Amino acid sequence: MLKKLPAAIRAAFPHTIPVLTGFLFLGIAYGILMSGRGFGWPWILLTSVVVFAGALQFVGISLLTSVFDPLYAFLIALSVNARHLFYGISMLEKFSGTGKIKPYLIFGMCDETFSVLCSTEPPPNVDKRAFMLAVTLLHQSYWVLGSIAGGLIGPLLTFDTYGIDFVMTAFFVVIFLNQWRAQKKHSPALIGLGASAVSLFIFGVDNFIIPAMVLIVACLTIFRTRLARTGSS
Amino acid sequence: MPTTVQALIIIAILALGTAITRFLPFVLFRSAAAAPHYVHYLGKLLPPAAISLLVVYCLRYISFAAAPHGIPEAIGILVVAALHIWKKNTLLSIAAGTVSYMLLVQFVF
Repeated sequence: MLKKLPAAIRAAFPHTIPVLTGFLFLGIAYGILMSGRGFGWPWILLTSVVVFAGALQFVGISLLTSVFDPLYAFLIALSVNARHLFYGISMLEKFSGTGKIKPYLIFGMCDETFSVLCSTEPPPNVDKRAFMLAVTLLHQSYWVLGSIAGGLIGPLLTFDTYGIDFVMTAFFVVIFLNQWRAQKKHSPALIGLGASAVSLFIFGVDNFIIPAMVLIVACLTIFRTRLARTGSS
Repeated sequence: MPTTVQALIIIAILALGTAITRFLPFVLFRSAAAAPHYVHYLGKLLPPAAISLLVVYCLRYISFAAAPHGIPEAIGILVVAALHIWKKNTLLSIAAGTVSYMLLVQFVF
């Protein structure tokens, strides 16, 4: 695996450039916020390595600076990250037979890594497992480096980066379009859009993810005979 | 403000909660072959639905009632989509969309 990794990193790198940009900027934003609350680079390094979940790490800043409440922190972690359950179910087959690297592939599967892994195939001469490991490792290293950089140089930045977080939106829109082109049937993508929009409208910004997931699974289950017959890919 | 030990406990708990959400499907269905047909079916159809959820998640703070009514986001997404359908170049689409969005929110709206 180690011998195959350099070639896999070369093949994976171009696919990770959008996330490189996004993670450096988001990571820097996170580092600035953490250091502003008195958590310097060793703390930033620790959370970015062991938690590695962008949205939760941002929420975590307020958990770290308010009254000590571990149970509440645990429930927040589960609900903010519940969408990972979808990624796991989607990757059961792709990750089977990956052996020793499997725990790290599962540990490192953030939104962006999931998106790249489910929409990108390595070139034929590159080992599939090494390619998945390379994408995961590159993404996490961008996040770790970006957030540490934010902690160190954040206070010195003068250029106005307001709006740069749109890079992640643009990234997911591109993945959406790529998937749309690759599918014959668009119903799963449309169910996802509809269910998420309806849940957001009913439950609001802070509580819509889990109802959206339930609604998506319910729709896919109700229309199973139709969707399974026509096939989606 | 929690103490150092309390902060370490919170970080450990955030790591544990995140790991549970990531590992649970693989623990429940130890081998892909052992998973029921229904789970395989979900595994095939969930990725596009999950990507849609992520797109909506990124746009969750838009308010159509208050200015600027989501117009910068709509223009940003149109730039991304139009360029991507036209040129099929991922980096170009993302860079142009992000730069137009930044210009819009910093100078126009």
